[in-house]
Parts: sequence; C-alpha cells; structure tokens
Amino acid sequence: MAEQTLRAWLLTDTPTSRRHAKLSALYQGWLSFRSNTMAMIGLGILLALVLVAAAAPILSPHDPFAQDLGNRLAPLGTDGHVLGTDSLGRDILSRLIYGARITLYIVALVALIAPVVGLLVGTVSGYLGGWIDIVLMRITDIFLAFPRLVLALAFVAALGAGIENAVIAISLTAWPPYARIARAETLTIRSSDYISAIKLQGAGGLRIITKHIWPLCVSSLIVRVTLDMAGIILAAAGLGFLGLGAQPPSPEWGAMISEGRRFILDHWWVATMPGLAIFTVSLAFNLLGDGLRDVLDPKAGE
Amino acid sequence: MALSKDSGKGRARASLPPWFKTTVLTLGSIAVTMLGLLFVTFIIGRVMPIDPVLAIVGERASQSTYDAVFLELGLDKPLVVQFAYYIWDVLQLDFGTSLLNARPVSEDIARVFPATLELATLGIFIGIVIGVPLGVVAAARKGSWIDQLARVLALVGYSMPIFWLGLMGLLIFYGILGWVGGPGRVGIFYVDVVPSVTGLILVDAAIDGNWDVFRDAFSHIILPASLLGYFSLAYISRMTRSFMLEQLSAEYITTARVKGMSEWDVIWKHAFKNIRVQLITVIALSYANLLEGSVLTEIIFSWPGIGSYITTALLSADMNAVLGGTVVVGLIFILLNIFSDLLYKVFDPRAK
Repeated sequence: MAEQTLRAWLLTDTPTSRRHAKLSALYQGWLSFRSNTMAMIGLGILLALVLVAAAAPILSPHDPFAQDLGNRLAPLGTDGHVLGTDSLGRDILSRLIYGARITLYIVALVALIAPVVGLLVGTVSGYLGGWIDIVLMRITDIFLAFPRLVLALAFVAALGAGIENAVIAISLTAWPPYARIARAETLTIRSSDYISAIKLQGAGGLRIITKHIWPLCVSSLIVRVTLDMAGIILAAAGLGFLGLGAQPPSPEWGAMISEGRRFILDHWWVATMPGLAIFTVSLAFNLLGDGLRDVLDPKAGE
Repeated sequence: MALSKDSGKGRARASLPPWFKTTVLTLGSIAVTMLGLLFVTFIIGRVMPIDPVLAIVGERASQSTYDAVFLELGLDKPLVVQFAYYIWDVLQLDFGTSLLNARPVSEDIARVFPATLELATLGIFIGIVIGVPLGVVAAARKGSWIDQLARVLALVGYSMPIFWLGLMGLLIFYGILGWVGGPGRVGIFYVDVVPSVTGLILVDAAIDGNWDVFRDAFSHIILPASLLGYFSLAYISRMTRSFMLEQLSAEYITTARVKGMSEWDVIWKHAFKNIRVQLITVIALSYANLLEGSVLTEIIFSWPGIGSYITTALLSADMNAVLGGTVVVGLIFILLNIFSDLLYKVFDPRAK
C-alpha cells in the first residue's frame, strides 16, 4: 500500500514542489530506462564490477602479486586457480579482480577531468561569444583533428609511463567533444527568455553559467561520457599493452595481455582472460550509454 | 574511437563566392591546425625529461663539445625562435636524426610508411565492401535478423580491444588452423625477393610477376587487414544504415514506390544515390581512424609500419623519431578530416 502511494506520488501530473517534480521526472526516466533490457544488463555488469573492485581482498582467492614459479602457466581449471596462472605463477583470477580497481580508477579520473574541462571551455565560449569563442573553438578544433592515440602516446612519452600520466594523456585528448556539446547547448540556452529574465534581476555571467547553464548541459554530457567510457577503457588498456600505462607488477588488464602475448600460441588463456574482462566492461558501458541516451537525449538516437 | 567524431562542424557562413571562399577557409584552417599540432609536439619535445644534447654527444663528452652542440641546436635562443626554427625544419621535412640509427627520421618514415598505407588501404577496402551493403540491407529490412546482426557486429566492434582481437586472430587462424601467414609482411624466405618499387609488397610482387611472393604477402596481410576492416565496418555500416533510414522515410521514396518501381531500384537507384557524399565523408574519417588503429595492430602483427616505428622509438626514448612520426600521422589525419569536412560543405546544400 505504501509503495502504491509512493508510486502515485512519483507519477503525479501535478507536482507540489520543485523537488517533487524533479524526483518525479527522475522516476519516469528510470521507468523507461528499466524497460530497456540491454541497458539494464550493462548497468548490472557495471554494478558487479564496482562490487568486485570494492570487495577485491575478500573475493580474490590469492594474493595478486604472490609468485609461485613451480606452478607457472597452469591451465584453466587447475586446483585453486580457476583461470590458471601466468608466467610467474600468479593467480589470473585474483589479478583480474584487483585489475577491476585500476580500470575503475582510470575511468573515474578521466570522467572527472575531461567533461569538466570541456564543460568549462564550452560554456564560457558559448556564453561570452566574440573573439574568446573564436579562439577557444579554434583550439578545440585543433585538438579534435588530432589522432587521439598517437597524441596520447607522445604525451606519455614526454611525461613518463604510469597510470596518472596515462590518465592525463587520455583526458587531454578526450575533452574537445564535450566542449563542442556544451557550447552548442549554451548557444540555445543563452537566447532563451528565462536567461533574459534572470539578467534583468541582476544576475552576473558567472552566476548564469554555473547556476543556470551548467545544470542543463549535464544530461547530454552524461550520455556522451558513458558512451565514451568504452573508448577510454580501450585507450587505457592500449597504453597499458604498449607498456606506457600501469607498470608491472600492477595487474592492469592491458598490461596483462601484453605479458600473455609471449605465450599466446601455447598458453592462450594468459592473454585471453584479461581481454574478455576489458571487452565485457566496455560492452557494458556501451549498452548503458545507449540506454541513457534513449532516456535523457531522445533526439540523438538514430 | 569512431564514436567520438563530431560531424556538426559546418557553421553557417556568408554565401557570396562559395568555391573561392571555401578554398581560402580550408587552407587557413589546415594551416592553423597544423600550427597547433606542431606547437603541441614542440612543447612535448621541450618538457621531455631527456636532454637532447646529452642524447647526441653522450655522457662522456667534454664541456666544450657539449656547449658547441648546445649552440648548434639553437637551445640558447628564446623559445619562440626555437619554435620558428622547428617549423622551418618541419616544412623542409627535416625531423632531425634518429638517435637509434643516426639516420634522418624523414628517411625512416618514408621507408616504413608504405607498409602502413598498404595495411590501412586494404583494411578500409574490406570495411567498405562489407560495411556499406550491410548498412543498406539493415536499413531496408529494419528489424530483420540482418539488422540485428549489423547492430551486434557494430556494438562488439566498439567494445573490443583491437590488440586483443588481433592476438585471438593470430591464435586461431595462424596457431591452430594455419590458414594465414604469421607476423610480419612476408615469410622469411621471401624477404627482399622482389625489388621495391612502390614499397607496397602486393603491388611490387605483381609488377615483378612473382606470384609466390604475392601469395605469401597476401596470406600475411589478410588477417591484420581484416581486423582493421572489421573496426571500420562497424562504424561504416552504422552510419550507412542511419543515412539510408533518413532517405527511405522521405516522400520521394514513397512516390517512387507508388509509381511501381522495384524495391531494388528504389534502394540503389534513388536512396543510395543520395547518401553517396555523406558516405564518402564517413569513409574518409574511418580511413583516418584506421591509420591510428594500425598502431596497436602493427605491434601485434610485427608489421613494420609507422605505428611500430613510433612505438619502438618511444620505448627507446628516441624523441625525434616519436615526434616526427606523430607529426606525419597527425598531418594525414588532419588532411583527411578536412577533406571530409570540405566535401560535406561543397556537396551538401543544407550545410551552406
């Protein structure tokens, strides 16, 4: 009964307060998102990933760094090593579980840096217009026209290998699309009546941008970030694979593939398992992104 | 990677002499973008933790030798002047000498580039030949199993680490089935058998009439090229499908159908004709992305192209080679991007 009324309260046509309206919109979005099976699968995989990363010490059967040279390259299904062991006898399953933390760490950092930079550049550019707009958009265009992976390679070469530098390199190449989206949104918002109304009330540029433009840009940015996550994971794994991301003995998935590559013909599972992990997670982000796009930004769908 | 391309670059501009204006604007935009690229590579070259003088003279050189080289490299000049020198050098295709083999970087790049070109071109060819028909059929039979298949193929393509799929390909088609040649461009017995005319081994072998080499080279290139082809077809088929859907819902299509035109003619003679320009821009973009995607693919397949070159140089801290390679790939990428942009602006009346 209580749930019934809560549902009715959430689905009402006549919200009684601003928060009520917001919650109601959120709930209706959730309902339409929930009917998208593929997106729910994506969400489920990602939630599982977060849980696995959080509970890594409990879940992993072995220490991910513990070497056991007597038991190296053990095949799948070996006693105590479900996914086998790598060239130093380390348990692959445990390394995959700990690797989830690294993947989430990279994804979270890039997702914090790139869209925020893009949002800043895009809204300032769109709101102020004039020569600032021209200069900022020119810079954005320049970065958009760069080959992302090659540029990230060059950045990492200059900064030195490591996870944080890989994150910086990926973020540096990932922000321009966000700036374009934010600018386009700002241009439409800027000329709307309610912005003129706030201006008449005396609101300054900073207040208009942060309080009235940013909140409206967020939903399209979230969609874009989710869809980009797969690309970010693949880029990070690629850098790791080239030996420019996480350094050994870190159980980063891309680096694990690189290590297993040497034994690919005789001991295929060493490189195969981390690849499956990368594939699963980026697939999940793509599924989730498609679902979110349908809910938050229906126009952008095909 | 393909997802991140923005197509909405066309901003409304005054419409007086369109051809002239477009040309000037395009040349200007190439120049500015190139300048930006050079600025970034220049900055990267400056912040790197490697002393360029020490890298040349070695650690045991005397102070006077060090100073002489320091002056010779122009490192005493202000950064702006150094940047100007850098641009001047690059305009003359002088990227400095490689620290590894003491040869000019531009010569090295000219030597390795055909390998990448051959791989990427065959890759985009595969992508077009499969991707375009797949997209057209998926749009014509929306919701059918072919449409679902195209959707799954694209989704998997967007989510798959290319280097891992390459490894799996090697494992299955080379290691287990033995259908294709392994890593490298040709087998060990065929290295340097045919004279290098174009640098593209398939073409060189055909010119020489040496079909053994051709067959061997083909068995080596087909797997990495299919891999790149798959990634471009994921993008090309999706875009083809959405372009076609847009056309097929237009009124002229209904008219054509009402006239009693066959479905084949409606699709290929009417709708497809109208998406050709959009398709070419998409193909140019994915060709640019292939050049990039080839970096990781080349590593997996020990393919001696520009991707392998940059990565090898990177791991041995050979910055001249890294930056030279980055500039060349960047230039091609920029040109293809602008080409597709331009094509779109010239041929699509709505973008004007």
